[in-house]
Amino acid sequence: MSHDHSLNPETMPQEPEKATLEGRNKFYGLWFFLGGETVLFASFFGTYIALRNSTAGGPASTDLFGLGLVFAMTMILLTSSLTSVYAMYHMKNNDFKKMQLWLAITAFLGLSFLALEIYEFTHYIIDYGFTFRSSAFGSAFYTLVGFHGGHVTFGIAWLMALMVRNAKRGLNLYNAPKFYTFSLYWHFIDVVWVFIFTVVYLMGRVG
Amino acid sequence: MSIAATQKRGFGAFLWDYITTVDHKKIAHLYLFGGGFFFLLGGLEAMIIRIQLATPENDFISAGLYNEMITMHGTTMIFLAAMPLLLGLMNAVMPLQIGARDVAFPFLNSLGFWLFMFGGILLNFSWFMGGGAPDAGWTAYAPLSTQSPGHGVDFYVLGLQISGAGTLMGGINFLATIVTMRAPGMTYMRMPLFSWATFITSVLILFAFPALTVGLFLLMFDRMFGSAFFDVALGGNTIIWQHLFWIFAHPEVYILILPVFGVFSDITATLSKKRLFGYTAMVFATILIAFLGFMVWAHHMFTVGLGPVANSIFAIATMAIAVPTGIKIFNWLATMWGGSITINSAMLWTLGFIPSFTIGGMTGIMLASAVADYQYHDTYFVVAHFHYVIVGGTVFGIMAALHFWWPKMFGRILHEGMGKLTFWLFFVGFHLTFFVQHFLGLMGMPRRYWVFLEDQGLDTGNMVSTIGAFLMAVGVVIFLINVFYTWAKGNKAPADPWDGRSLEWAISSPPPYYNFKQTPLVRGLDPLWVEKMEGKGEITPAEPLGDIHMPNSSILPFLISLGFTIAGFGFIFQVDHSAYLILVFAGIGLALLSMLIRSLKDDHGYHIKKEELEREAD
Repeated sequence: MSHDHSLNPETMPQEPEKATLEGRNKFYGLWFFLGGETVLFASFFGTYIALRNSTAGGPASTDLFGLGLVFAMTMILLTSSLTSVYAMYHMKNNDFKKMQLWLAITAFLGLSFLALEIYEFTHYIIDYGFTFRSSAFGSAFYTLVGFHGGHVTFGIAWLMALMVRNAKRGLNLYNAPKFYTFSLYWHFIDVVWVFIFTVVYLMGRVG
Repeated sequence: MSIAATQKRGFGAFLWDYITTVDHKKIAHLYLFGGGFFFLLGGLEAMIIRIQLATPENDFISAGLYNEMITMHGTTMIFLAAMPLLLGLMNAVMPLQIGARDVAFPFLNSLGFWLFMFGGILLNFSWFMGGGAPDAGWTAYAPLSTQSPGHGVDFYVLGLQISGAGTLMGGINFLATIVTMRAPGMTYMRMPLFSWATFITSVLILFAFPALTVGLFLLMFDRMFGSAFFDVALGGNTIIWQHLFWIFAHPEVYILILPVFGVFSDITATLSKKRLFGYTAMVFATILIAFLGFMVWAHHMFTVGLGPVANSIFAIATMAIAVPTGIKIFNWLATMWGGSITINSAMLWTLGFIPSFTIGGMTGIMLASAVADYQYHDTYFVVAHFHYVIVGGTVFGIMAALHFWWPKMFGRILHEGMGKLTFWLFFVGFHLTFFVQHFLGLMGMPRRYWVFLEDQGLDTGNMVSTIGAFLMAVGVVIFLINVFYTWAKGNKAPADPWDGRSLEWAISSPPPYYNFKQTPLVRGLDPLWVEKMEGKGEITPAEPLGDIHMPNSSILPFLISLGFTIAGFGFIFQVDHSAYLILVFAGIGLALLSMLIRSLKDDHGYHIKKEELEREAD
């Protein structure tokens, strides 16, 4: 058995991410991992919901949150999920160049999201004096949203490493599962953000 | 690595082999070694506790040191002894039982072990540096844990965070292995009960551990970075810790007990020479226990004041768990009924387990009654209850499994006489130690107290309890002697010493490093027994002899774990001086760099050639 799994569109299997045992393992393994991540974020959400009104006289969510910026962040991250779907579509058609292009757009959108989040946090800290140590609400807010931001950062680093590593050799059955599992992770990060948008920002507006 | 390279080498090469191994059988050895080491450490702490409590107003150790002892005893036994020993058994047996050549993620498997080991070592460094070990109880309730001076609780937080991450990886690895790597014909409903238990336990690990991860992060942020989760002055809420901790820690006790339910099921069937009674019911009872296990965490918090509705719901859910557990007890009894029972060490532990565990289950029902729990809460009654289930269940199960699978794991049979002596000493010692504690608790002796007063009716009970503890210790020492004796001159084990029923007994003891030369074809429940009954006695292969794909060894898991441990020390001591942040960056840098190397460097593994396998058969 050769290690060279280079493919052309004719020999590309229907689901390249699951065509080998290693690929199937990665696929299931990442799904299980996301199950654990769900509990992780559920615990952070539970903590946040319990503490979201514990402002200890400091800034409250109604003073802080404006929906304009957060709406832009939401759109950017949702779009990045869509672009990663396009990338996977091109992966299945073995169009490596287009896949890389859409992945690059995904990474760019992820970085834009991150930049806006950093701006948002600095804004709260400098203009409102609202920090991690201000109140239990502050601790819970920065921890929940910060852990999500950390996941986005890790995702972008992961994506960059994959793109650079495979830039010159194209797709094969060894790296197709790696790209695919990244896209699963990225969708998950997106879903978590939808909940953050609802629970933190929308509910925060109504107080 | 060819077969020739596995021959005898020097100690350095031996050590390097184990540090870099990704073979699930060797990782099992490592888990048994690591878990065994911490079991002895936790046992030593238990002995010190019992000596302190042997007589009234004793001053064998100081009050502060006593708090450190009880905290470290609980934490060590649960996280660093019981769980790793179980993960070791799963690693050794489960892939063989489902007819797999390997696990789904050999690299992750190794990483999981090293994270556990380094986390445990980090935790125990607290004895020597930073002003003493953690002293807030294994439950580390806030605000006791947030206010605890020194670095003890910091070691608790980082040590458990690192070893917990390792356990999570182990769980994901087992889940993927069972989903994708069962041999042809090994359907879910043909898996031996121990493999089923591994599967369900891994689900529990996956969904329970992240809650602990979050709880530990919150505690870490409060203690080290000035956040206010548990700081009531800034709006914090200490009950959040209790919820997060028990959302993890209740499923955790099922993580400890379900695998040994699997062990006892396999042992009972094999040594009674009967098919397991009610196989389907056993499987569904396991699933039901796991499911209900997530619904009952607040029964640890009856006295917090959650209100009558919450208490009632959690009380009823807790009592409901007795139903599937009862199904299991009766199925084991029915399996033995009319069977041709071999009474050896493994079977003795099984027979000892059933009444002991049932007593623990019964006091569990008593504690589940929220009203009565106000009386039992934080007394020795609770201590007696959980030792009956964890020692009478988990430790008995681990001992049974070790005697049962020792020949498969190490190729030699443990000495029967010493095995039986270990059992009787430990069994009698166990009941002496803990049975009397029920009554001490009912008479009002609170748990976690350093001393008790004279002539309160507690003197005799505590002395009896301490004597029992010494009997258990002697039992463990004899087991250790047995291990060394067996290692030096024990009898060589045949492939199938117990007239076994499942696939692990179809290959040599110890198995070759590729497990199955040809993937087995499974033709029914108890596949080896099916073949024996049809007069064939050996498993039909599912494929012609061919090349076998194997994973490469790697030092990276060791380096990643080392990196996180260095960062852990940095996090603990950066509170004193920000220069220690260097350790944080260096440690995480090492870990991330190792992960990046793993990602960038293609690792296709290697193949054992067909010709080599044929040569070996000659």
